[in-house]
Order: sequence, then structure tokens, then C-alpha cells
Amino acid sequence: MSANGTSLVLALLIVAGGFVAAAAQDDVAIRPTRTTLSSPELALPEWDQFVRVVLLRDYNTRVVLAGTVLLGICSGVIGTFLLLRGRAMAGDVISHSALPGLAIAFLVGEAINPGAGRVTSTLLIGAVVSSLIGMGCANLIRRYTKLKEETVLAIVLSLFFGLGATLLSIVQQIPSAQLAGLQNYIFGKAASLIYNDVLLIGVSAGVVVLLGLFFFKELVILCFDEEYAATQGWPTKRLDLLLMGLVVGVTVIGLQSAGILLVVALMITPAAAARFWTDRIGWLTLTSATLGGASCYLGVMLSALIPRMATGAVIVLTGSLFFSISLLFGMRRGLFWKWYHAYQLRQRVERADLLRACYEAAESLAATGASHSQPRELTDVVFTVPQLSGYRNWSARRWNRLLSKAIGHELIVPLPDGEYRLTPAAIAESRRIVRNHRLWEMYLIHYADVAPSHVDRGADWIEHVLAPEVVDELIRLLGEQRDVVTVPDSPHPLHAEIKSGGGGEWERGG
Amino acid sequence: MSTDPTTTRTAPEHPVSSPLTIDDMTVAYDRKPVLWNIDYDAPLAKLVAIVGPNGAGKSTLIRAVLDLVPLVSGVVRVFGQPYRQQRSRVAYVPQRGSVDWDFPVSALDVVAMGLYRQIGWCRPVTKKYKELALHALDRLGMAAFARRQISQLSGGQQQRVFLARALVQEADLYLMDEPFTGVDAATERAIVELLRELQAQGKTALVVHHDLQTVNEYFDEVLLLNLHLVAAGPTADVFTVENLRKTYGGKLALLDQVGQRIAVPESR
Repeated sequence: MSANGTSLVLALLIVAGGFVAAAAQDDVAIRPTRTTLSSPELALPEWDQFVRVVLLRDYNTRVVLAGTVLLGICSGVIGTFLLLRGRAMAGDVISHSALPGLAIAFLVGEAINPGAGRVTSTLLIGAVVSSLIGMGCANLIRRYTKLKEETVLAIVLSLFFGLGATLLSIVQQIPSAQLAGLQNYIFGKAASLIYNDVLLIGVSAGVVVLLGLFFFKELVILCFDEEYAATQGWPTKRLDLLLMGLVVGVTVIGLQSAGILLVVALMITPAAAARFWTDRIGWLTLTSATLGGASCYLGVMLSALIPRMATGAVIVLTGSLFFSISLLFGMRRGLFWKWYHAYQLRQRVERADLLRACYEAAESLAATGASHSQPRELTDVVFTVPQLSGYRNWSARRWNRLLSKAIGHELIVPLPDGEYRLTPAAIAESRRIVRNHRLWEMYLIHYADVAPSHVDRGADWIEHVLAPEVVDELIRLLGEQRDVVTVPDSPHPLHAEIKSGGGGEWERGG
Repeated sequence: MSTDPTTTRTAPEHPVSSPLTIDDMTVAYDRKPVLWNIDYDAPLAKLVAIVGPNGAGKSTLIRAVLDLVPLVSGVVRVFGQPYRQQRSRVAYVPQRGSVDWDFPVSALDVVAMGLYRQIGWCRPVTKKYKELALHALDRLGMAAFARRQISQLSGGQQQRVFLARALVQEADLYLMDEPFTGVDAATERAIVELLRELQAQGKTALVVHHDLQTVNEYFDEVLLLNLHLVAAGPTADVFTVENLRKTYGGKLALLDQVGQRIAVPESR
């Protein structure tokens, strides 16, 4: 990754860290009694509440925001690698495997010292341990059986989640379990974050991101070409463990806010969305971190405005919103641009086809005219739609549509009585088009042994994609002059019958 | 493990200077042997074609040398020492299809991967290394494509990027897995030129090759392989109709059958 990418990700982290600092400055004593995030009534926010939330007047909103934005940035960075390594499903296994660990940690904590099981860090340590065990199980089963990876992952995922759910229903019968809020870990409840949790999240997120950036180069080569990395002497197994360890880290950080079921979306969605914007891995990481942070920010805001909204779920939805926008409008591979470029190409092809038809019509009209009167310039030749239709089997409607478009582009001048004439600019452009077409035809005839009656269709499509260097090569091969745009004579009779024979194969649209 | 010097007998008959010495190597996937008792000494500063039918274990031979596949038995030496101690002297060009070409990196980034070991842990790819990578791309006529994302390269160009990545390692022994497969004429010329250049510098290349027609023209030596080593030596002596018949003929069905039995011992 480029150094500037690294520093930008760090800058993002620092900005988010600022939220924590801002939250810290607040004295807990002036905490408002009516906390925004737990308002009992189910109603749309009023204006003053809206202002309070957006301007971050509430301590709680600030705390929750700081924690989740840090989480979003961190998951965006690690998610990039998870995505590139194609291990999204493994991320799912890691998060689902955390559930039994939470329940067991609670039980053990309570057994040692009543009240200790409720401490967040105790629960999270349990989650880490059981996530690692889950991942280890999947690895072991995979190594010693021939089962496919996805099969193994699905088995381990459901086993651990089922185990966790069973343990949870036992734990729920203990009165103090309600206080620990264990059920919140399934769907996530960012509103339950307190300052100490955010501090824990912040520090862990910082460590995870720093490790990810520190081993950036190593993780990239692992994701791109693992075997090559191994031949170079990189310890690929340990690097893979490092990556999975980082994923465990993000999962545990995100358990409280996003929850077991949704935390993997926080990693994969921003990274997948970022892939639509860039082809550079450094920028990909940065974009993913930004999108992760932004979707968390937006999600927390929305859930703070609408009472009793599960923050984790809203964050995932806002993340998916960013994903959808990226899918459609991403600069690199967004669908909209894909359609737009295809549309542009179609326009270009239609224009070239029209010009060539007009040029060839004018050319033969000029030639026939020359036999009984003086030779005429192509700009003077007039033609009608019936005369053109011998050169393209297009419908009259299409001819009219294309001709009026060409008139708009000042390529063709309409004359009275349904007659048309090419402008000088159009003739210059069509010379080039016709030349490329005929060069390619001649090439096909001379070098590829294609029958003259068949080359027209083949050249028809190719001429639109001929690069300048290919044209130069053709000119060299066929002994044409390079500097002057000369139009060689057509290698086959320019007659309607050859055109009408082929039909649709090379014809675009209809 | 497999290349541990203490496990099996030493091989004093092999010349120490040989770039690659394979002694009685047997390789198996999931217990099914795919290479049997290979004995081979690669000559110094020669271009060697590894030739054989599909499934003959050509790629496996290279991968076993590189420690990517465990050996069942045998010893591999690179310049007289285990591969692990000689990594920097060996460059590997994997099959083009082995990676995801949609990966968000540029041609230059991929070539720079050949320098990662030299750069060391956790250090960024500095300008100095980028220039080395660019130079390697230039040697393959790819300097103009350095900034291109790798999916926007043609198959031949992608192959040349892989070769540049190996080239930048400044190795002494090159192991290439089908570099000529699916490339255009210009790339084929560029690869042959590169091979000759490497040879002139005293380097050795073992190349898995499919096109029997060009073996004579491109390679000094041939290694004919079909689960076992059929023949190896100078192209003129070894690349004969008789040997090719042995390599491609169906006589090895028995070897394959036995392999199957070992893989599934409970089958009747």
C-alpha cells in the first residue's frame, strides 16, 4: 500500500478517536436523564430531538457513535482482506462461534465471583476463545477429511450457534443474566455501549488496524498468490492465522454493537462496495474503511432518531445502502457506467454504420454520374433513403431516426424532396471509417483466405474496434500510403444483394 | 521434513554444482503416488523442457521441488543444499490460471512481489524497488503497462508479468509451469528471448512445455515424464520418436492402476 493510503487510514482513526475524547470530556453528572436512545414511546422524532441527535448534544449518542465508527473503520480495513481472500464464510463461522463462549464466560465468571460474569471484558474473552476454537475445528475437519470447505464451515457454524443458543436458554434462568444483557449480543445493541466499552473498542480497533497495515504487504501476497508466497519463504500458514486472528478481533469488537448475526456484514459489505470504486488495493482499503465508518455513523444517527431501533441492524442496512449505490454508480465497475459505456459504443457504431452507408452510396452515385456527365465531388452528391437502403437492411423508421440524429450532429444536410447530402466534416470522418473497413476486408481476403462475398460482415464489426496501431500495421501490410487518408476501392461489388443476404449476425440491434 | 538431510542416504555421485538434483523422489496426493522414483540432475546453464502427457506429473515435479507438495520419499537439492536454504536462488513462474486476475493490483505491484522477500517484513515497497520492478517489466516489453490493473492485460501480457516477477528475483534456477500456454506469438518470442538471455548469463531454466513441435528449437535438454522419468538428456539424443512413444503411449496404465490401489486400499 502506498504510504499516503496508510496515513489516511490512520487519520480516519484519529478523527474517530476524537469522538471518544470528546465523549470523555463530558462529566457523567450532566448526563441527561432522558436518554435519547432508549426513549420508550414509538414515535417519529420531533424537531428538537432531531437537532439534539444531529448536533451530538447527547452524551450517549456521542459514546455510541465513537464506538461504532471506530468499529466500522476497523472492520472496513480487515474486511478488504477477508474479501480478497474469499473467506467471507469463514468470517461468519468466527462470529457465530462466539456465542457459546459468551454464555460459558458468564457462567464461569458468576461462579467465581457473582457479578464478574457481567463485565464486558470477561464476556469478550470468552467470545475470543470460543471463536478461535470454532475456527480451529473447521480447519481440523478440513485437513483430515475430503469435505468441501463450505460444507465444513456450515456444519461448524450451526454447531456452535446451536450450542450457544442452548447454553443461553439455560443461562437465562439465572436472574442476573438479564443484567448481563447476553441476548443483546445476538442482534447487537449499540445503545447499551458505555464509555468503558468504547475505550475498549477504540484501543482494540486501533491495534487491529495497525496490525493490518503493518503486515499489509504480507497479507496482499497471501491473498493474491499463496503458493508463490510460500516458495518465497513467507510463512503462509501463520499469515493466514494472523488474518483470521484479526477477523476474530473485529468480530469481538463488533459483538456488542452489531451482534453475532450481523458483524460479518460490517466486514464484507464495505469492502465489496469499495471494489466498485477502485482497482488499487491501497485505495480499496481506504475506501472500505471510509464506507465502514460512514455506514456506522449514519446507522447510529438513524437508530438514535427512531426509538427502539436495533442499532446493529440499522448499521447493516445503511451499509447495504452504500453497497447498492456503489453497485450502480461505482466509477470502476458500477452497473450504470457499464450500461452507459455500452450505450456509447452502440451510438458510435450506429453513427459509423450510417456514415459508411451514406459514403458508399454517394461514392457509387458519383461514379455512375461521372460516366455521362462531369465527375462530381462527394459533397455535391445527393441521395435518398431508398437509395441508401441498398447498403443496410435497416427499416425505414431506423433510417429516418439515424438520419435526423446525423442532421442534428451536422453530418448530413437535409434537402427538399427527401434528399440528403453529406457535409465536408462527415466526408472526412467517413473516409477514415470506410478505409478501416476496406483495409480489414482486404486483410481478411489476402491473409485469412475469407471469400470476398463474406468479408463485409466480418469487417463490419471489427472496424469499430481497430486501434490506430493496428490500422498502421494494416496500411503497412497492404502497401497503402500512411499520411494521406486514401480510401481503397471496395474489394467486392458494393451491391445491395450481398448486404441483404447475411441478416442479423453482425447486425447490431434491428 | 522431506528435504531433511538426515532422513535418507546421501548422494555422492551427484555433482555439487548441479542447479537441481532429484534423488529417488516419490510424490503422492492423498496417498496416490503421482511421481515414482524420479532421479534427475539438471545441467548448469541449460534450458530444459519438461514434456509429458496430461496428468504425467509435470507440474507436480516442479511443485515438489518447491516444497509445495510433500515428498513421500527422496531428496531434492538445489545447488547442493536443501531448497529451504536456497530460496533466493530459485524463481518460480506458476501457471497463469492459478491466481485471480481480477485482484486489485497493477502489473508493477505483481512484479514487486518478487522483491518482497528482499524488502523484508513489514517494510513498504520503496521507489528503489519499484524501479527494479519496472526494469524487469521493461525487459519483457511491458513497461508501458506497468500501471495497468492486471485484469486489463491480455493473457500473454499477464504471462509476461509473471515472468517479470520471477526475473526481478535475480535467481539462478528458474522453474516455469507452462509459460507458453495460451500466449500470443509476440509473447512467445519474448519468452524465448528471455530464456536465451538467462542461459547466456549462466542460469538454468526448467520449463513445463506442451508444444512438442518447438521443443527442438527452444530447448537444449528434455525431461520426458509420465509418472516416472522416461528419459532425460540433450534434446538431440532424448527427444526421439521411440522415447516419445514411451512417454505418450498407453503402457503406463499399470502404474496408474497400482497408484489407484494404494490410494484406495480397501477396494477389491
